Amino acid sequence: MEDLKEQIIRQLNLQEVKPEDIGNDQPLFKEGLGLDSIDALELIVLLQQYHNVRIANPEDGPNIFYSIRTMAEYITAQQNKTA
Amino acid sequence: MNNVNAYITSSCVIRNNTVIKNGQSILEAPGTVLPEFLRSLYDRFSGQYPKFHKMDLLSKLGWAAVEILLQNMPLEGYAPEDTGVVLANTSSSLDTDERYYETVSEIASPALFVYTLPNIVIGEISIRHRLKGENAFFIAEGFDIPFITGYVQQLLDTGAVQACICGWLEQYHDQYEAALYLVEKQERGMAKPLSAAEIQKLY
Repeated sequence: MEDLKEQIIRQLNLQEVKPEDIGNDQPLFKEGLGLDSIDALELIVLLQQYHNVRIANPEDGPNIFYSIRTMAEYITAQQNKTA
Repeated sequence: MNNVNAYITSSCVIRNNTVIKNGQSILEAPGTVLPEFLRSLYDRFSGQYPKFHKMDLLSKLGWAAVEILLQNMPLEGYAPEDTGVVLANTSSSLDTDERYYETVSEIASPALFVYTLPNIVIGEISIRHRLKGENAFFIAEGFDIPFITGYVQQLLDTGAVQACICGWLEQYHDQYEAALYLVEKQERGMAKPLSAAEIQKLY
């Protein structure tokens, strides 16, 4: 999850945020990190670029991108499927 | 049309790593490349605003120039609809257009795509300062001062706005120049009568 935090900071250019500032279960959008809809698209790009993972059903997006932990669980589950 | 008095109440010119506010040099940072220079403006003249770091260079330049332009010149006295933004440049958003095009061969960058229009910087400025007035971004071969002056004067004359941020905002690769002016019906700040000649003097 620490690698994922660093990838998010780099991909979203969060220059004033450090990995330790992001809690594993903290919401990424709205009251959490305050990400917006463009950031959501960048997170989709991040999944493809760094983890070769695609989101099959866009309606799952809010659950997948809820927190660092939900993202990490989704990545692990998708990679296990293809392993 | 009723030709009302209008005043240039503040100016900010940024070029050659130098910031000139109301005709006086207030910062020189020789030897820094544009991204570093813009970051230094953010650190010196702005409070925390994380969105700044996501902006393209044109938006960072315009956003920082307006931060400096409006120092000690708050717009809170105006309704959001009463302050306009009228800008112009020659390279449009070409710098970001090129950067975005480079990403298209792999995965197109959403974060770059949203800056592939020159008037996005007006949106960034408007969000920061809660402005909802008339706005326009003109593309021209050079800074046509009489045209911009006349356009803003007409906005004021017709009552479309009570104040207007206007001027020149150019950036392409490492070449850049910002020359922004706050024009108001209200006489405050340096209160130079609005005219092309006065803008030319401050430019």
